[in-house]
Amino acid sequence: MKTRNSNKAGTDELRTNVETPKPAKLNRDIQAKLGDQLRQMYNDVVSQGVPDRFADLLAKIDQPPADGGEKGSK
Amino acid sequence: MSLDPALRDAILKVVPSLRAFAVSLSGNVDRADDLVQETLLRALANIDSFRPGTNLSAWLFTILRNQFRSEYRKRRREVEDADGKYSERLKVHPEQISKVEFNELRQALTQLPDDQREALVLVGASGFSYEEAAEICGCAVGTIKSRVNRARRRLAELMSVSSPDDLSPDQATRGLLTGS
Repeated sequence: MKTRNSNKAGTDELRTNVETPKPAKLNRDIQAKLGDQLRQMYNDVVSQGVPDRFADLLAKIDQPPADGGEKGSK
Repeated sequence: MSLDPALRDAILKVVPSLRAFAVSLSGNVDRADDLVQETLLRALANIDSFRPGTNLSAWLFTILRNQFRSEYRKRRREVEDADGKYSERLKVHPEQISKVEFNELRQALTQLPDDQREALVLVGASGFSYEEAAEICGCAVGTIKSRVNRARRRLAELMSVSSPDDLSPDQATRGLLTGS
């Protein structure tokens, strides 16, 4: 004898599976988007270049020391 | 002290990325610039320990990272301990995240554990390889990889996004129409 008793349950199960979004794919899309945001935020600061205070700091350090120092102070 | 002009120029070239890294770590531009200043002073004081031909950028990032770890972390803990208000302010409800702006991303970043945040930024934004990031953070390559993965998952949770559409500006309009 054939039985069809599981038919209805099977359909429900199938529908549930179809309606569940695929977490892996969704997750990849979100990660890609967040990655873009992160890089944008980062590059936003990078594109501001070198503030004067740091250029000055390095320029000051760069001045030749002792050598001509004594002459200058007489 | 004198500094080889070529080396000085090379350091200057790294400054913009150093700042970006510092902003990502501290979540605050002013504190970031103080951090960069301290990093440069420390680098210049220890310039002899830099071996020419090696990765200058990684060397400077290492100094900045260690500087942040030792000082800023202490300071932040003090603020958080003062009373719960700091973290309370940083908490953003899902409904409020309609448009993702840099400030919100910065806030979310500050809520990541330090080790995850630095790994994510070094690999995901600074463009360092896993190997270089591992060197900068003084840990194994595998550790960096797992930190980056955990950071990505956590960040998505913090931003409360359930679909990529949540990150689009359109959501802001929708929020205005339905909200308050």
